This record gives sequence, C-alpha cells and structure tokens, in this order.
Amino acid sequence: MANEVVDHGRRRFLTATTAVVGGVGVVAAAVPFIKSWEPSARAKAAGAPVVADISKVESGQMVRYGWRSVPVFVVNRTKEQVATLTTKDVESRLKDPNCDVTSQQPAYAKNPHRSIKPEWLVMIGICTHLGCVPDYKPKVGPEPFDPDWKSGFYCPCHKSRYDIAGRVYDGVPAPMNMVIPPYHFMDDTHIQIGVDPKEAS
Amino acid sequence: MAGAIARWFNERAPGLAPMYRKHMTEYYAPKNFNVMYYFGSLAMLVLVNQILTGIFLAMFYKPSALEVFPGTSEAFASVYYIMRDVDWGWLIRYMHTTGASMFFVVVYLHMFRGLMYGSYKKPRELVWILGMLIFLVLMAEAFMGYVLPWGNMSFWGAKVIISLFGAIPVVGETLVHWIMGDFSPADATLNRFFSLHVVALPIVLLLLVVLHLAALHEVGSNNPDGVEIKKKKNEKGIPLDGIPFHPYYTVKDLFGVGMFLLICAFIIFFAPGMGGWFLEHDNFVPANHLVTPAAIKPVWYFTPFYAILRMIPFKLPGVLTMFGAIILLFLTPWIDRGQVKSIRYRGTGYKIALALFAVSFISLGLVGAEVTAEAIPMIFGANADITSIENLFGRFWVLVYFGFFVFLWVYTYFGLEKTKPVPERVTTHD
Repeated sequence: MANEVVDHGRRRFLTATTAVVGGVGVVAAAVPFIKSWEPSARAKAAGAPVVADISKVESGQMVRYGWRSVPVFVVNRTKEQVATLTTKDVESRLKDPNCDVTSQQPAYAKNPHRSIKPEWLVMIGICTHLGCVPDYKPKVGPEPFDPDWKSGFYCPCHKSRYDIAGRVYDGVPAPMNMVIPPYHFMDDTHIQIGVDPKEAS
Repeated sequence: MAGAIARWFNERAPGLAPMYRKHMTEYYAPKNFNVMYYFGSLAMLVLVNQILTGIFLAMFYKPSALEVFPGTSEAFASVYYIMRDVDWGWLIRYMHTTGASMFFVVVYLHMFRGLMYGSYKKPRELVWILGMLIFLVLMAEAFMGYVLPWGNMSFWGAKVIISLFGAIPVVGETLVHWIMGDFSPADATLNRFFSLHVVALPIVLLLLVVLHLAALHEVGSNNPDGVEIKKKKNEKGIPLDGIPFHPYYTVKDLFGVGMFLLICAFIIFFAPGMGGWFLEHDNFVPANHLVTPAAIKPVWYFTPFYAILRMIPFKLPGVLTMFGAIILLFLTPWIDRGQVKSIRYRGTGYKIALALFAVSFISLGLVGAEVTAEAIPMIFGANADITSIENLFGRFWVLVYFGFFVFLWVYTYFGLEKTKPVPERVTTHD
C-alpha cells in the first residue's frame, strides 16, 4: 500500500464527482422541504367564489366580504362620490388615473369608475404597499391626513391614499391602484366575486 | 473525593480543564471595564431566561389559528389560558414578554458600546460580524414570537413584514405566498413560525453566541481606552492590565445581574405592558383578517427601522433603505478607517456624529411608534398637516442616520480626524 504511487488525477476526479453527486443529492433532498412551505391543497381549495347580496347596501355604504381570505370591499357609491372620479382635481393627483397597469383590474373595469356599474365598486381592500386594509373615508371634505379630501380610502399603516375607485394618489408609499377582482352581476341585487362575466355566461 | 472525581474526568477528557482555564480563570480581560461592559453578560442572562420561560410556555401554548369559538383562535385562547388558568402562567409569560423587550434594550446598549469604544475595529471585525448576525437572528426570532399570540397586531404585523418580500421584482409575490403557506397569514403561517421560533432560530442563536464568544476570546476584549492590553505583558506572558475573568468579572457581572433583575422585576410585577410599549393594546384583540388596527406599528425595538420604511415614498426603495440601515452596521469596520478606537481619543467630529446618530435612532423610533403623529397637533395646532410635518421630521433623521456612515468614511478616509494621543496602557493602571 505505502509504496503504491498515488494517482492524483484519479483522486481529484473521484473527489470532484463525489462532491458533485453529493451536492445534487442534497439539493434534491431539499426540494420536498422547500415545497412543503407552498400553500397547501387545502389553502388553495378555500378560494371558491363568493356571492354578495347587495340589496340592503345603502347609498354611500361599504360592506366587506371575505374571499380567498382577503377582504373584498363592495361600495354603493353616491352620485357625489362618482362625480369626483372624473374631475381634473382628482385625476391630476393620481399615479395611474387611466388604470394603465393591467394587472390591477380586469379589462371590463378599466374605466374611471373601475367597475361594471358606475355606482358599485367591487375591490380587494388591500393596500398595494404592504397589504394592510385601508379605511373607507367616504366624506368629501378636509380630513386630518388631507385638507382637500375627495372621499376614498386611507391606509392607516403607512398613510397611502386612494380615490373612491381605489386609484392610488401620487407621493404615497403604495405603488399601484388597488386590485379589482373578477366579478359579475348575477342579477340586480347579487354579485358573484371570483367569476368573470364571460365565464358566468 | 472531589479530587478523585476531577481525576476521573481528566483521564477521560483531558481537554476540559484547559478549556475552562482558557475561557474563565485564565482569560485576561482589561481591568478598566466600565458600566457599558455589563450588557454582554446581561444579554446572555436574558437568552437563558427566554429559553427557560419559552420551554414552559410551549407546554401550554397551542399554535393553531383555527377558531375555538367565533372570532377567537385556539392560539389566542391558549395564551389567555396561560394567563388565567395555568398556575403562575402569567408570571412565566410576563417574564418572556418582558425578556423580549429587555433583550433589545441590552443588545442596543451593547452595540452602542461597540461604536463608542471602537470594539468593531481590527482585530475584532469577526466578533462584530458575528454579533450583527446575532442581532439579525434575534430580530427574526422576536418577530416570529410576536406573531404567536395571534392577536390583531400579530396578524397585521406578520402581513406587513412578510409583504416586504413582495417588493422583490418578479419572484416577490410567489415568495410571499411561500413564506405564508397561504394567500394571507393563516394557520400554516402560525405553525411554521412556531416551529422556527422554538426550534430552528434558538439553535442558530445559541451557535452564534458560542462563536461570538469564541471569536472574542481569540482576540481578547477591547476596553474604554481602546488600547490593546496584549501589547504589554509581564514575564509570565500575562497582560499587565489584564485580570482573570473568573473570579473578578464574574463577580462584577453578578452585581450587574442583581441591578438588572431589580428593574426587570419591577416591570414584570407593576407594568408588564409598559403602557403599550412592551405589549401593544391592539394585540389584546384576536386576529381579524378583515380589519386593520387603526394605528399599526411594531413593538418599540423595530420602530426606528419601520420609520425608515415609512419615510421613503416608494415600495422597493423603502424596503432596500430599511435593510440598508442594518447592512451599513455590518460594514462599519470597513467604513471607519480611523486607527484610534475609543471615543476618548477620537476627534470632536466623531463625538458629535455618534451623538447625532444616537439621536436619529431615537427620533426615528418616535416616528415609527407614532409618537410624533400624536405630538404634531399639540405643537402645531389641530389643523396642522400631520403627514407633511412628520415626513419632514422623519426624512431629516433618515438623512442623519445614513449621513453618519457617509461622514465616518469621509472623515477617516481623507484623514480629517484630529485624534488625541492614545496612552500606552489603560488609564487606571497602578
């Protein structure tokens, strides 16, 4: 043994292949552990569509529905609130007034009121900054956080402001308008959240 | 008898006695330690407290977000079971919650000591880096522990902090769902945080503490004069200004432990919530995924970093700036090019800069804790524009915080610092 010549090339080759094969094995063994953290089948199944009965929602009132464990705001907007959406005063203060970021709403909600019917807003009430639920501030008039408030949503976490269609103001931490989920009117008093009008028909 | 036992061990593990001597009776620490040198040993004391009380809390706590009755999860209910029904459960829990805050009190003072006396400088960079890693793991540990009671601040704190990872381009959203194990913080999140909080992170923390001490004992402790005591040794090779850690500093630290426990006992028995600073009011309400607390803010020890996040008006830059505030601390040994360690012999510029840095940290803490938002109407009148004034104030201190590191580099790299002569030995030697 002691007198045998050491084949360094062979030793290097064996060391390298052992290390590579072992490394691949470690990576492969890590996959199940990493994948185990993904939303489970049970969590994914909890995302079924939700039906909202809007017959008792009064003008100016907001109701929250839980869908996929996120809050969905359904607002019956007043004429005054809808009117603010197309004023120069509001539009000039918005980051994305024309809703050009397509990921934030379905094509049928790409309009100033961001909805199918102008008075009914259906929106995921989650601030696009860090996921808080903004407060509904319906009053048109001065508020502590904005002396020239035109009604909308105000996030208590980091002071982001949105108009009454969930379009984000310029100069606040939130980068985008709030998300409009797929939804459609089943009849005049029922909205199904989670299903597009196309899919429903 | 005792000698026989010692011999028995010595024959089987001859390395034990030398190890004890190396780290205790023959570890020579500078004789001029002052009050700022208590916080390392106190941090270890708190760590032991957290582990012991944590082991007992885990015997009664249930990491389940499933509802036991409408609106209340099993986790939330089990915390109040500990508070009301478990004998002495309230004491064990308050020891744990007070310990969490006191951990950061002593760690922040310990870190500030390092900045004051240049303990991060050559040859102690590795000690500093390991300490910073401990700080990072401690923040993760504290955050996950805060989520466990599944109160409303637990839930929204978890949501906001995990959402920070959503700022990463492309993979952000997938990463957020991966961490949560759901589309919003849920039972899966609570379970994995419990596992990390009680098993994974404590193991990492203990390992890092051992490495931190091992690295320290290789190079030896710094001191308030910032002189290397190993440069002047007697004929036996013992530093002239060094005294054995045991018994001298074990006894000194015991005195510190006594004073510290006195303060902790006062908090635990008379003000465990510290008026909402240690235990937030909104966390006495069960988690509700449809309603955000009116004023969402982290516990006090995260508020300076949280304020930095809030003061930057864009999402990704805000997150990067916040993490940058911590990364810069990691890099301090290389940003500071000055040769003089202790603040006692450094230039006036450094003294002012370090004072401003401390003020910026506290001011940002006040912004993050919403103290400024409450104070502004009192100072500027009820009609004051809170957001603008707060932004102005907060952004100024963000600039000071980051300015400290810029100043430190310019000041030392271009040799602008006028230092005083550093003595050969510690100033209190005989």
